[in-house]
Amino acid sequence: MATVFIPPQMRDLTGGCSQVEVEAGSFRKVVQQLDEAFPGLGVRIVDGDRLVSGLAVSVDGVVSSFGLLTKVGAESEVHIVAAIGGGV
Amino acid sequence: MAARSGNGTATKEYKVLGTRPVRHDGADKMTGRAVYGADMQLPGLIHGKILRSPHAHAKIKSIDTSAAEKHPGVLAVCTSADFPDLESRVADLGEGAVNLAHLGANVLARGKVLYKGQAVAAVAAKNPYDAEDALKLIKVEYEPLPHVNWVLDAMKDDAPLLHDDVFTDEMGKKSDKPSNISSHLHFEHGDVDKAFEDSDVVIEREFKTASVHQGYIEPHVSTALWNTDGHVTVWTSTQGSFTVRDQTAGLLQLPVSHVSVVPCEIGGGFGGKIAVYLDPVCAVLSRKSGRPVKIVMSRADVFEATGPTPGSFMRVKLGAKKDGTLVAGEAWLAYDAGAFPGGMIGPGCMCVFSCYDIPNARVDGFDVMANKPKTQAYRAPGATQAAFACESVVDEIAKKLGMDVIDIRLKNATKEGTRRVDGPVYPKVGFVEILEAAKASDHWNAPLDGRNRGRGIASGFWFNCGLKSCVTAHVNADGTVALVEGSTDIGGSRTSIAMQLAESIGIPAEDVIPRVVDTDSVGYTDVTGGSRVTFATGWAAYEAGVDIGRQMKERAAMIWECDASNVTLEDGVFRNGSHSLTFKELAEKLNETGGPISGRGNVNPQGATNTFGTHIADVEVDPETGKVTVLRYTAIQDAGKAIHPSYVEGQMQGGAVQGIGWALNEEYMFDNQGHMMNPTFLDYRMPTMLDVPMIDTIIVEVPNPDHPYGVRGAGETPIVPPPATIANAIFDAVGTRMHELPMSPPKVCAAILEKEGNSL
Repeated sequence: MATVFIPPQMRDLTGGCSQVEVEAGSFRKVVQQLDEAFPGLGVRIVDGDRLVSGLAVSVDGVVSSFGLLTKVGAESEVHIVAAIGGGV
Repeated sequence: MAARSGNGTATKEYKVLGTRPVRHDGADKMTGRAVYGADMQLPGLIHGKILRSPHAHAKIKSIDTSAAEKHPGVLAVCTSADFPDLESRVADLGEGAVNLAHLGANVLARGKVLYKGQAVAAVAAKNPYDAEDALKLIKVEYEPLPHVNWVLDAMKDDAPLLHDDVFTDEMGKKSDKPSNISSHLHFEHGDVDKAFEDSDVVIEREFKTASVHQGYIEPHVSTALWNTDGHVTVWTSTQGSFTVRDQTAGLLQLPVSHVSVVPCEIGGGFGGKIAVYLDPVCAVLSRKSGRPVKIVMSRADVFEATGPTPGSFMRVKLGAKKDGTLVAGEAWLAYDAGAFPGGMIGPGCMCVFSCYDIPNARVDGFDVMANKPKTQAYRAPGATQAAFACESVVDEIAKKLGMDVIDIRLKNATKEGTRRVDGPVYPKVGFVEILEAAKASDHWNAPLDGRNRGRGIASGFWFNCGLKSCVTAHVNADGTVALVEGSTDIGGSRTSIAMQLAESIGIPAEDVIPRVVDTDSVGYTDVTGGSRVTFATGWAAYEAGVDIGRQMKERAAMIWECDASNVTLEDGVFRNGSHSLTFKELAEKLNETGGPISGRGNVNPQGATNTFGTHIADVEVDPETGKVTVLRYTAIQDAGKAIHPSYVEGQMQGGAVQGIGWALNEEYMFDNQGHMMNPTFLDYRMPTMLDVPMIDTIIVEVPNPDHPYGVRGAGETPIVPPPATIANAIFDAVGTRMHELPMSPPKVCAAILEKEGNSL
């Protein structure tokens, strides 16, 4: 199972839960699982077919440019982090 | 200057990498033949000028351009009414999502002006003088509004509101009412409060930094031609031709294939030449006039309407055990974003504790709009402010505990596996090796004598990034290779990219001919930024070289009537048994063995390459005037692999000097109307070569395991440590802690007097 670290600012929807175990797959599938477990969390992460502006996903320490298509492995550690903007 | 390998890391031996060939663009630049944006001349070219807001904040009640349109020299006038209405449409522009409505309003104001100098209307005329005259004929009726410049004032409930449609975002949760605070970030791990309770020493300090400009020597400039077939061509000075294409197409609601961008040589950018300002305006003026239109900004335009970096207020608190182990950290950061949301608070929050393994930490960050130009990236955006605060407190903790200031950093240094405050863990990094190099350096071990002299040290971090790059390479019959790339060359990257192609096929760097081309001539390539070009575009060049090598082996196999898998390529020589052909000899035979060979490399590396740096400064403080003189300065940095060491040293020196400018002199000064009072290089005091000593450099090489040649990227980290380094040196010299940038003579003088119980 992959481990998703829930950012502190999203824990209002998880009852304070900071880590969640999910099935591996794409990050899209991870978000679907999160939304099923914690209704409303999905729209905080996904806007249409992309991540909400200002967010990025990090899997095993690597921030991905693939967004919802990012692969999440069975033992992966997943973080939802702030996107580094400003064209850097 | 010196280069050294990190402990325990064996750097590979290379033929080309690590040497210092003459730069490929050197002759053009030394003889003045390089073509910059302002050099552009086209048949029928006319000249544009921009009318700018005289107010820091005002409603635009009306704009009357009729008199300007009747001026005999004028061929076109435009306002935002000539652009598509882009209500809060978000577009993905490759390196991040951009709100096109905000971008458009920054290009030409729509309904409201949000800072003095914001573009309101534009004129194109037969010559610049007619255009200037015609601007005076445009009548704009304003309703001035209260303004706010300082970030903490802008956060107050009763502050003048810049946008009534921007709500505070907290990772997807929006505030109930509009606010100047466009986002609030919060990171936390561990039990922060308990860790502070358990700390033997706790220090908390507040810091302020002024807005500073990137200060590139070449002002913004653009020329555009909107052809009768509907195709727009833009010649411009930019860090990213593809992002200019996409922003221009987005603002004009054109397919990207209808816009071509030709990047001219660029006289500096540092993050400030990514957003568009002039390009869409030139295009619209061209459409209306039927002529190519060029606009060149003045220096005052550059200061008042582009850049700068955020002004900030920061509170940093650290807790440590008696042995110097950092156990708790807390940071509260507020950065101004300027007139539109989307500043540098994210990386500021992620960088504030990035150098240290702090098991319990909490960071809050606020992106705050104020009546200033929209902030833009500036070399490690957001990190320099944060490092000034954190590294000052680390220094103070070390002094309070009686610890060596390098030892405390070594004790707590980020290593592979250290968890960042926002969650992810670091891959292999070279911070420990850098600190060890600093400790062993001549500078650190040299005596420093004399009154009011002191030595300071501080560290810094930047992520660096990968992003998308494309390279094609074509083998010439004389054995040279033409390299085609899309990364505009700011710091000599043509050569560092050419060297990686040369290394991959075993030919001299001089036999690779690099060209930076337009958006129709190479695959999508992200901006020259994020310290990414030598890393990512260099990787694409390596891939193109490998592709060429593979095809050349097939040609050799054809000649030798053997299997290509039996042909080797080493040091530019193809071999099979007793047969051998040099790259040059085989290149001569391409036409008779099947025709031309081209190689291709398209890459999109994920993640960050993470570079740390540590700087050492000796200063002398004049207690009578507060003037700080930098006597000696050394920058130590991990480059992974320094492809062209002179360019890495140049980046380290340039970043250090810019950081010294932040530290000692540079600031936007505003009057009570919110107008910048110093928009010239005379009054905005950047350091010159007379203000700084030779910047010594020590390159540490801890290869990046995720790059074919170990490259990490080098351009941004060196601006991060200088303000804290200088502040810590000032303390060492006169015993005064400085908490505000710039540490200009009046502030230093006041701080010394305050310490002595006096005041100015």
